[in-house]
Amino acid sequence: MDIIKTENLTKKFNGFIAVDNISFKVKKGEIFGFLGPNGAGKTTTIKMLTTLLHPTKGKADVAGFNVEKDKDSVRQHIGIVFQEPALDTELTGKENLDFHARMYALGKEKRKNRIKEVLRLVDLEEKQDNLVKFYSGGMKRRLEIARGLMHYPTVLFLDEPTLGLDSQTRQAIWAYIKKMNKEEETTIFLTTHYMDEADNLCDRVGIIDKGRILVINSTENLKNSIGNDVITLSSSNNEKLLEKLKSEPWIKNTKKYDSNLSLGVEKGEEKIPIIIEIAQGLNEKIKSISVRKPTLDDVFLSYTGRNIRENETVSPFKEAMKMYRRRR
Amino acid sequence: MFKRTEFQAIYVMWLRHMKHFVRSKSRIAATFIQPLFFLAILGTGLRGANIVGMTGDYMTFIAPGIVAMSILFSSMFTGVAVLWDKQFGFLQEVLVAPISRFSIILGRTLGGATTALLQGFIILTIAIGLGVRPTSIPGFLLTLVFMIVIAFAAVGFGLAVASKMEDFQGFQIIMNLIILPLFFLSTAFFPIATNENIPEIVVYLSYANPLFYMVDGIRGALTGINNAINPLINLVIVVIICLFMMGIGSYLFSKSEV
Repeated sequence: MDIIKTENLTKKFNGFIAVDNISFKVKKGEIFGFLGPNGAGKTTTIKMLTTLLHPTKGKADVAGFNVEKDKDSVRQHIGIVFQEPALDTELTGKENLDFHARMYALGKEKRKNRIKEVLRLVDLEEKQDNLVKFYSGGMKRRLEIARGLMHYPTVLFLDEPTLGLDSQTRQAIWAYIKKMNKEEETTIFLTTHYMDEADNLCDRVGIIDKGRILVINSTENLKNSIGNDVITLSSSNNEKLLEKLKSEPWIKNTKKYDSNLSLGVEKGEEKIPIIIEIAQGLNEKIKSISVRKPTLDDVFLSYTGRNIRENETVSPFKEAMKMYRRRR
Repeated sequence: MFKRTEFQAIYVMWLRHMKHFVRSKSRIAATFIQPLFFLAILGTGLRGANIVGMTGDYMTFIAPGIVAMSILFSSMFTGVAVLWDKQFGFLQEVLVAPISRFSIILGRTLGGATTALLQGFIILTIAIGLGVRPTSIPGFLLTLVFMIVIAFAAVGFGLAVASKMEDFQGFQIIMNLIILPLFFLSTAFFPIATNENIPEIVVYLSYANPLFYMVDGIRGALTGINNAINPLINLVIVVIICLFMMGIGSYLFSKSEV
């Protein structure tokens, strides 16, 4: 069964296309990730799927309900952890959960038990009676995840679940996400611009850039499409070398970025001497060369032609949003 | 159509407001102390003063104005507090819950009205302790009705303002440029229509001021002197203002995006 299904979903802000005709499906029980740089349209997509924004065009069903026609049913079946914390810091952790449960119409007994359950899931039992303003960033995130699970959602949306957290906390959050996916069988839709996060968590990944989905596949298949190994090298004349290498049948794909070439190959360590020989034949020097297993970084690079990090400075979408808000 | 969830939602919004209020000691202190200063210092200081157009004692004159002021400010703050929720992201959590926006507004308004009334009530008690004599029991009850209606109107106004603003700077400007002049034109501190030193244009302006009917209404109901209009007529006008404000506030809030 498809928990999320979109057809040509589109969102424009004053002529700026934030999300451009995206169509995808998320199956029951899977962890599906949207991977892309800031401003790619990830959050806008989540906001449309969670009924906070009206799609300009196209259609989307979540948990079997249309996000425009049947808002309340959609809302009843989803949990959300927003990119920015959305907790009431003047309330205790437990009060935050209790208020949430009341808004989702959980009965008194159920409320009590469920609060215990979700607090145990994220290890916050000891802090439940402290005001949230005294929580650390990681604790807040965990509380939000717990809150998102309170009402037994069919699908939980996580918008950049580990943004701004230290690496230890990130690992812990990943473990919680995996745990709830397994124990509660909650379908999870997450967005991230961290490759390792998508790699670590997701069953399937959609790569999104400039509002469009470039590819959707399992992380395994995506990495395999690159080749078993990736060789990264830099030489005295990358263009010339690339020209020559392109004609070699054992190279699955090539990509040039910054001052590097990256090549997808089989049995990478055996190919290094061959590449060095070819370079010497051209009278070019190899400055550096390395071989490693492919990551989603390489996948992103091969689909967009750039590294995900390059996009992090300015996000065109957020700029456009600011303009849009200022104008109102 | 009105599901049980909606009552829960209203209750949650109300309870949340109460918890916030009780936990914010500085806010409790500020909301009580400011009107108290007006009453105890301005009221007693000018007690013997003879102000043109005023009948009787200044404490009796100013008490209804201070009651109205404290309710207005406190309720308006409740409405504007939506801005906090917007900035701290909590509004999103409320807006994606399967509850109607009407319940969110109603719960918040009831919360704001509760604290405002509590506050107004305490000030009323202090005023009575300082020698202000209510005219009659029905008059006193009518005063309470005024207090409730004023609280709702002010929450509505605050909501409208908060829905249109992105941060708190705008709120300061509105307070200083709109609310303060309206207060001076409301007869809260000095009589206007019966004061021959005041130019006619100001008198007309005061009649165009919604706050005037609130202050004048409470004055008529509570003390029965110095009011320009029959309190029951005032009540009708204030109820209309209240409905209008609540309508605008709810409309703008329901249209606001996060």
